[in-house]
Amino acid sequence: MLEITNIQKTFNKGTINEKPALCGVSLHLKPGDFVTIIGGNGAGKSTTLNAIAGVWPVDDGSIIIDGENITGYPEYKRAQFLGRVFQDPMTGTAATMEIGENLALAARRGQSRGLRWGITRAEKEQYHEMLKVLDLGLEDRMSSKVGLLSGGQRQALTLLMASLKKPKLLLLDEHTAALDPKTAAKVLDLTNSIVNKNKLTAMMVTHNMKDAIRMGNRLVMMHEGQIIYDIEGEEKSKLHVSDLLAKFEEVSGGKFANDRMMLA
Amino acid sequence: MNLIALNPMTLFSALPGNIAQGIIWGIMAVGVYMTFRLLHFSDLTVDGSFATGGAVAVMLIINDVPSPVALLAAFGVGLLAGMVTGILHTAFGIPDILAGILSQIALYSVNLRIMFGKANQAVSVDKYYLLVSLRNIPKSLITGGIFALAIIIVLYWFFGTEKGSAIRATGCNPSMSMAQGININSTKVLTLALSNGLVALSGGLLAQYQGFSDVNMGRGSIVIGLAAVIIGEVLGEALFGKRLNFFGRLLFVVIGGIIYYIVVGVVLWLKMPSNDLKLFTAIIVAVFLAVPYLRAKSQNSYAKAAKKGAK
Repeated sequence: MLEITNIQKTFNKGTINEKPALCGVSLHLKPGDFVTIIGGNGAGKSTTLNAIAGVWPVDDGSIIIDGENITGYPEYKRAQFLGRVFQDPMTGTAATMEIGENLALAARRGQSRGLRWGITRAEKEQYHEMLKVLDLGLEDRMSSKVGLLSGGQRQALTLLMASLKKPKLLLLDEHTAALDPKTAAKVLDLTNSIVNKNKLTAMMVTHNMKDAIRMGNRLVMMHEGQIIYDIEGEEKSKLHVSDLLAKFEEVSGGKFANDRMMLA
Repeated sequence: MNLIALNPMTLFSALPGNIAQGIIWGIMAVGVYMTFRLLHFSDLTVDGSFATGGAVAVMLIINDVPSPVALLAAFGVGLLAGMVTGILHTAFGIPDILAGILSQIALYSVNLRIMFGKANQAVSVDKYYLLVSLRNIPKSLITGGIFALAIIIVLYWFFGTEKGSAIRATGCNPSMSMAQGININSTKVLTLALSNGLVALSGGLLAQYQGFSDVNMGRGSIVIGLAAVIIGEVLGEALFGKRLNFFGRLLFVVIGGIIYYIVVGVVLWLKMPSNDLKLFTAIIVAVFLAVPYLRAKSQNSYAKAAKKGAK
């Protein structure tokens, strides 16, 4: 489903702030793979997701989704293949537009937008049913502006939007990091159910090692712009947080995992 | 100032003319609303494209092109002007205000070229068929009103379509828009084009109304447009609150233009020198922009917190 081969990215090339962010990342996802990505700050987790989403072009390497080479596609053009949920709940939705309108925008991902109605009556009924499943009471507030929703509600809505038009790949960039633990758990449950129900291929960046072990069928650890650990299936489900910490200590040369990883 | 010397009748007799002018400027303000409020883009192109619209309309009419066709041409040239600003901004990375200023300055020369190097060109209502004219104010009121209403209806429809929704999303959240597959560069260029098209159309109407186009007729028009947008918004929200929908908002922008020109009429009637008008306009806009901010701040101020905390 996703084939990234040896992608490289250096920020601020040729300046004193030069920073190699991705140093030859290769990853091959089978359809239905759900990968969790962990690693310290600056390891290249979010950068990998941004490279796939096309926030900027990569310096080298190729990105192929479902047989189509998208390395040269700009961000908006890659959107047809991708569903994305961001760390900041404000990023994924349009605050001054209605809940229904946001969903309708997502429903047209990858289509050319013409002079047909931005949202139809039939769609409104469909969204009403979909929002009911979230169990957040949003179905009765379809004409409310998204800016009135809480962070958790916005992330739930963004998840729904990301999966509304079945994406080839779902990119979750620490999408629960800004939420309180209870809401985060709820959004993660929702993530699981949406991925399973739609049989999505997904990548989830997280700082929470328990979540990384619990969710998905595959786990990838990154360090200094490289994938240093890739484990799946049976083996992955037997992992413990202590294993990951040991692994992390090993690669970081005895330096301890950062606080966020420790606390998680 | 001798108030007794002021004749209320002159104020009332000037009123219909003020309203007609207000409607024409209201159309211009609807164009400003599109960029300023929907796209969050402060577009200064309008000072140039307003005069461009006037120049194109007048030059075509005095060359025997029917005035509706001339107006359509003004709209088209305005589209191009907006497109230039959009391309300067999106393709060449020039910040919004600077991109607008560059177009505006360039248009000054273009406008002189259109008017064959003259600073102004007259179009007489006695010689040509004009859509609006200060010599026939009832007709101007009706024609202007029909134009404004038709434009509001079309825009109300347009911003409900997929394309229009994409534009609103672009203005609200560019990252989200790209993640949903919207090419935000193209939506920005399109909005700037449409906005300046409307501004030029309004300029074409005003030139007919006053009987000439002038290379300086657009100077400060962004401020008048903003005044109309803001006066309309404050009034509309005060009267209708949350029930004010998008149609109402556009309608109140035009009403804002009308109110602005009524106020201008009153100010002139009070014998304020017309040279001070731009200063007066700038003060109005500054006050109307500041009031909502200050009101929000006063409800949520450190001074208030200090008072409560001192107890």
